[in-house]
Amino acid sequence: MDAASSVLRMTGITKTFGATRALDDVSFDLRRGEVRALLGENGAGKSTMMKVLSGAVTPDSGRMEIDGRPYAPAGPLDGFRAGLSIVYQELTLAPHLTVEENIMLGREVHAGGWLDRRAQRARVREALELVRHPEIAADVPVRKLSVGARQIVEIARALMSRSRILVLDEPTSSLSREDGLRLFEIVRRLKDQDVSVIYISHFLEEVQEVADSYTVLRDGRNAGGGPMAGTALEDIIHLMVGRKVAQMFPRVDHSVGGTVLELRRFRGRGMTGPVNLTLAEGEILGIAGLIGSGRTEMLRALFGLDEVENGDLIVSGVATAAGRPWDRIGQGFGLLSEDRQGEGLALGMSVADNVTLSDYAPYLRRGLIRTGLQRRAVEGWIGRMNIRTTGPDQKALDLSGGNQQKVALARLLHQEVRIFLFDEPTRGIDVVSKAQIYEWMGRLAGEGKSVLFVSSYLPELLGVCDRIAVFHRGALVDARPAADWDEPRLMAAATIGRASEDRTGSVDQERIPG
Amino acid sequence: MNRPRTDSIRRALGVLGPFAGLVLVIAIFSLMPEVQGRFLRVANFTSVATQSVIVALGALGMTLVIISGGIDLSAASNIALSSVITAYAINAGAPPAAAVLLGVLTGGIVGLANGALITRLRLIPFIVTLGMMGIARGAAKWIAGNQKIDAPMTWVNELMARSPRPSWLLAAPGVWAVIALAVVMAIVLRRTVFGRHVFAIGSSEPAARLCGIRTGRVKILIYVVGGLFCGLSGVMEFSRLTVGDPTVAVGLELDIIAAVVIGGGSLSGGEGSILGTMIGVMIMSFLRNGCTMMGWPNYIQEIIIGAIIVAAVTLDRMRHRRE
Repeated sequence: MDAASSVLRMTGITKTFGATRALDDVSFDLRRGEVRALLGENGAGKSTMMKVLSGAVTPDSGRMEIDGRPYAPAGPLDGFRAGLSIVYQELTLAPHLTVEENIMLGREVHAGGWLDRRAQRARVREALELVRHPEIAADVPVRKLSVGARQIVEIARALMSRSRILVLDEPTSSLSREDGLRLFEIVRRLKDQDVSVIYISHFLEEVQEVADSYTVLRDGRNAGGGPMAGTALEDIIHLMVGRKVAQMFPRVDHSVGGTVLELRRFRGRGMTGPVNLTLAEGEILGIAGLIGSGRTEMLRALFGLDEVENGDLIVSGVATAAGRPWDRIGQGFGLLSEDRQGEGLALGMSVADNVTLSDYAPYLRRGLIRTGLQRRAVEGWIGRMNIRTTGPDQKALDLSGGNQQKVALARLLHQEVRIFLFDEPTRGIDVVSKAQIYEWMGRLAGEGKSVLFVSSYLPELLGVCDRIAVFHRGALVDARPAADWDEPRLMAAATIGRASEDRTGSVDQERIPG
Repeated sequence: MNRPRTDSIRRALGVLGPFAGLVLVIAIFSLMPEVQGRFLRVANFTSVATQSVIVALGALGMTLVIISGGIDLSAASNIALSSVITAYAINAGAPPAAAVLLGVLTGGIVGLANGALITRLRLIPFIVTLGMMGIARGAAKWIAGNQKIDAPMTWVNELMARSPRPSWLLAAPGVWAVIALAVVMAIVLRRTVFGRHVFAIGSSEPAARLCGIRTGRVKILIYVVGGLFCGLSGVMEFSRLTVGDPTVAVGLELDIIAAVVIGGGSLSGGEGSILGTMIGVMIMSFLRNGCTMMGWPNYIQEIIIGAIIVAAVTLDRMRHRRE
């Protein structure tokens, strides 16, 4: 690589958060007019990398250069001044301001503080034409636009600053196919103007379409990279997944029985396709898919937290209409939320209250909670679940992530759940707690309970589940016994929407409507 | 068992701050040579207690509302409306007991309207109760014909009498009602499922929903209870004034909220206690009483109480950060 044409060079970037090493000696190079894809699984370090680049996070060690000059941003403003602009996945527009105000935010055209509306309007029109969406009205508040249109406005704003390095973080996740194609065209045009683009996406086929080269991160390290041309998707998937399944999944013997839960043409809010799926007694059914692929949406609709838009839910042979969470709890459901701190626990309350919150009945006498009895019961759970705490009266807030998750799980066990809905139960917790949670899943299946296990971490799905279903862009792609899957196949199904071995012909690229 | 005890000690420490503040306020005035003799007397203390009854009753309900993460700005208007209704009923010849019941129920109905609007229309409590503040005040003036309602003297007026009869009561029946209800509410909050659900909703409403708690129903009940306390407070207001005055207690909702906050209640929900709230009420009452005895003008009291609210919350935040 010609050093002279290198626009951005990041070398030996390392960043640790507490005990976890988010980035470990990562290097990244970007040439003038290059579109480089940054790839990796969730948690591989891509976002931390971009935060380091933008100045939002300061690395522990490593150097960065822009145009051969050292670049050590103290904050996002430095990145902006160095010619960097980032379009984030989660939108950063002010919903109450108009399209024009958003695009010009922070770089208003003014004379002595008085806005020059006419000059602003001309620039905004220019920017919207550049992104091929001149029909978006400049004076409409952003909150009235569709998500897709907002994404377009966001991109227009980024282009407005005439930056030389543009970072697009999952730019198409909320765009229609058509808008996605327009975006690729914009990217190509920018490339001709010598703008360099870092393109982050989980959708490998579109990456192949738009990028010149790629860099893969895995577990916070460089896993590989090279020119896009002549590289097979399978090779990239292999780089992303890479590792062997560890022996950290204690398998507990269990046998699959009769059907407990059946979904027929089931569709909840935020899902694009109907789901037909069954769950049996003593079965652990894994749900794979990218974030936003409809997995969490299905779980929430199942538990009555979100609306069921269509279809039937049959519990032990009995069809049930749309239910609220308390109805579902009555039917034996229990949900472990992916948002442990916000939804999984009442953090300000004690461990005892958190364990018994969904069922105080065993401790009531004449309407009063017998706190001694409650505390003794919770002490039992603390022992059984191996929760590290000073006692039942300690606030959940003061526990570590793994122990908080065990408290949340103890609540489900305490309320005597038959159908467990686990949403990312091991995210962000330590390895030992993870293994304990896997073991509990196996034990529950051994007792004839049923488990729906949503996860982004493929090795744990392969290591724990009897069967795995894959979601892609809001719909169920495929469900097969775990033995029929491996990581590349799961990854392919989740990122491309079909299993990798039958990649012939074109596939319906249905997208989430904006 | 040792560890649970340290945790309950920590919980007690949460009330210790406000309590130390109360002792400090009493100590300062006790040492002032100008008022020493008059301030530190049983008669003065019972008088302060009687003056606290109206705010204290409102604050008992408000504690629930604030712990659940809500707010009730209509409390004072509700008190005025209930006092007018009580006077109206007695004036119309209703038996005093029925009038008292009607007054209390009026408060409960206003609370029900608050709760129903907040949960069914998914509006924020601040806005709903701000609206209700105007509606209840207007309704009170309308019913009273924009003037005071005179009512014949009955036993209701003795609820807040300065020298109670029989004299062995030592303090007005209203004071004893506050003490009894405070004990009941403390037990409700700590030992009943409803009480735990109030904390759960304030701590994290999504978590409460995930645990199958019918958050809508519980919230309505919270505002109804809050309203009932305002209703009872309104009855006491009538008892004290011996007339139904629709313009009474303007701005009192802020005193009520301040008492809860000084006592450790968090406006973001999940925290607060009945004991703390009662201490908060007494701090404000003793300050008013002491300042009046010193002959300090009203504005001095206002400045001091304002400063205490800010100081109390600051200290509370610091305590949290250390934890």
